[in-house]
Amino acid sequence: MLKKSFLTGVIALAFSAGLAAAEPAKVLIPANPGGGWDGAGRETMAAFNKSGVFTDGVSFTNKGGAAGTIGLAEFVRTAEGDDNALLVTGVIMVGGVISNKTPVSLDNTTPLARMTNEYNAIAVPADSPIKTPQDFLAALKADPGALSVGGGSAGGVDHVLLALLAKQAGAPVDKINFVSFSGGEILASLGGGKIKAAISGASEFRDFAKSGRIRLIAVTGPTRVEGLDVPTLKESGIPIEIGNWRGFVGAPGMSEAGRKTWLDRFEKLHASDVWKEALKAHGWEDAYLAGDEFKAFIKAEESNWTTALKDVGILK
Amino acid sequence: MMDILQQLLAGFAIALQPINLFWALVGCLLGTAIGVLPGIGPALTIALLLPVTAQVAPESAFIMFAGILYGALYGGSTTSILLNMPGESGSVMTAIEGNRMARNGRGAAALATSAIGSFVAGTLGTLALTFLAPTIAELAFIFGPEDYFALMILSFTSVAVVMGTSRVRGFTALFFGLALGTIGIDTQTGQSRMTFGTLELLDGISFTVVLVSLFAVGETLYVASRQTRAAGVVYPLKGGAWMTREDWKRSWKPWLRGALIGFPIGSLPAGGTEIPTFLSYTVERRLSEKPEEFGNGAIEGVAGPEAANNAAAAGILVPLLTLGLPSTATAAVLLAAFQNYGLQPGPLLFATNPGLLWGLIASLFVGNVILLILNLPLVGMWVRLLLIPRPYIYGGIVIFALVGVWGLSTSWMDLLLMCGIGLIGYVARVYDFPIAPALIGLILGPQAEIQLRRALAVSQGDWSVLVGTPIAATLLAIAVLVIFLPFLVARFRGAMQESKA
Repeated sequence: MLKKSFLTGVIALAFSAGLAAAEPAKVLIPANPGGGWDGAGRETMAAFNKSGVFTDGVSFTNKGGAAGTIGLAEFVRTAEGDDNALLVTGVIMVGGVISNKTPVSLDNTTPLARMTNEYNAIAVPADSPIKTPQDFLAALKADPGALSVGGGSAGGVDHVLLALLAKQAGAPVDKINFVSFSGGEILASLGGGKIKAAISGASEFRDFAKSGRIRLIAVTGPTRVEGLDVPTLKESGIPIEIGNWRGFVGAPGMSEAGRKTWLDRFEKLHASDVWKEALKAHGWEDAYLAGDEFKAFIKAEESNWTTALKDVGILK
Repeated sequence: MMDILQQLLAGFAIALQPINLFWALVGCLLGTAIGVLPGIGPALTIALLLPVTAQVAPESAFIMFAGILYGALYGGSTTSILLNMPGESGSVMTAIEGNRMARNGRGAAALATSAIGSFVAGTLGTLALTFLAPTIAELAFIFGPEDYFALMILSFTSVAVVMGTSRVRGFTALFFGLALGTIGIDTQTGQSRMTFGTLELLDGISFTVVLVSLFAVGETLYVASRQTRAAGVVYPLKGGAWMTREDWKRSWKPWLRGALIGFPIGSLPAGGTEIPTFLSYTVERRLSEKPEEFGNGAIEGVAGPEAANNAAAAGILVPLLTLGLPSTATAAVLLAAFQNYGLQPGPLLFATNPGLLWGLIASLFVGNVILLILNLPLVGMWVRLLLIPRPYIYGGIVIFALVGVWGLSTSWMDLLLMCGIGLIGYVARVYDFPIAPALIGLILGPQAEIQLRRALAVSQGDWSVLVGTPIAATLLAIAVLVIFLPFLVARFRGAMQESKA
């Protein structure tokens, strides 16, 4: 018996020491294929490979829905103590955990690094009468229910932005018509005019806007997005700024050695030229923040979002 | 037109280079292998292989990925037919008639019609992709939530009605699947449903677990319970290793119809490879001249769905290549591969990288030929699996199933579910409840719910939106007909006979 448990110990030790070094990473993407998290996860891992920082291969699992909390629950459940398991995360998941009152949260995971920030954009079908942010507010005020607006999960950044806009327009927040999508289907719905407007990451809209299928009316950052001739909400006189950061967390109970290995890798990746090119190609802002600072940031976000969701009436 | 042909020829010049032929062969072999295993699909395999994009030329990498995509569908049918254990969700319908055929000693014919049907439909789908892609891609913008909802309702009713020995059994199985599908966090509001406070159920019940339990475990228990001491009975092998003249005659129309159903639905953003197989099966059962053979191994029921899923696979590439819109996990991984090379799929790609795109399209034709050449001679070998005495086969299947489910999530809950649902599968088998409607309920139920709620959100709660578009109204009308037509026909016939008498 003693001998057996000793042997198990040795095997476990060998595993924990060896895993982070030579095994492929297992990345859980908490959204369906084609959305923002999917791109962020796959692009970051591709940059790891291309820059030579981490070349042992990656397997991805997509588990979408409910602001990424379904993926989070799966991750916390299945990845415990696995030094090669990563979860793509972001502000939407922070909001989702709060508004869904999920029994698991990012506190159950090991924060590694915030990598990108992306400002949202508001888009309408190409033939929409809504041309400016002011038109959008006017439509919202006239009949908030008639303006169906697609976005990510209920209680996420997109939903909060719509609620903030409604507040700004003086429309009742509980009458807004927010339609939740996951993945690339929102583009087809907007392009086909099935919904009146959509809120999503600027990078997800970019190609469809360029091909003239949809029209961008505003971006939500402090400055315009490079390469996009679209005004910010601020320059249109609407004092709203809201961003969508994304990053990576490790498994619950990740070993200290595993955490160090990954923090080191993210640092190297961040310094590489490959990463700078990737940021540029996707219109992401560099938002690198690692380790304990990232952990503290998540804590702060959690309390900010609880306030914001209560303010706009999503969280009762 | 001439332009397309010229570019396609240039594409063939790329696809037929020895090195690219080699990659196509590697992809086809890999794809066939993973198609056999439940739980491992093309998306996962291609994702695992993404790092090769750093070493291999883009043409070669995409040619290999295309081989995997198509190969998985060829492979998925083999275990469906021989072992009644579908390797992919797109192969569920193949198991129904295919496995019956195998038990009647016609496994070789079933495998052959599925391989040739896959080839025919895959080639037709690729042709449609070559010439019609930009037009078909527009469907993505025409289909709204109410249309998707109607399409799913049609799938539900048609499968529940045609499957099994009675309508009550069909609908019972369907509702069992729909009920399983409601477990977990609701994606529209984030509320947890039917989880009974367990964290393990928050992310729902995995489709693979249910697939493996109902088919493999249920079937094994059934066989074990019917096994006499004088074991070692093997299924007879008769009718030769090839399709008879009649088989050909009964297969070619289902192949074409399957391709016709599969390609457009596959090209929809929420289409997938499953719905076309359900619809194709229903259509073949309705149109068959020998409907009594359905349920006992009708070759049309293998030929149609197998063609449909391969044509749908070609359809999936349509929105990806023409719009840069990924509709399935596999398409999303392919999109990532494009981006690894700094390429953005979309209309511009046809202008900026014609060599790559046409090479890829040409390689789809080449891959189909390779898969046919690979699979047809193997038919004779595969069917010999059936010569293994049943206790060993089923012992192997259970181990295979356990390892697959455990490897997927390393979750005890999944193993428990597998045992529980496996028992239900056994009971269903004993009392003749069909399994497919349950799986369809589980796959499409949550999607149908999402689409219904989206449609109602957009219409602000006005239910008339569900018949508000011609597509939705037509599909729902067909769904209603599917349920009531048999009654009406029976009553009409009854009245005719009465009046005669």
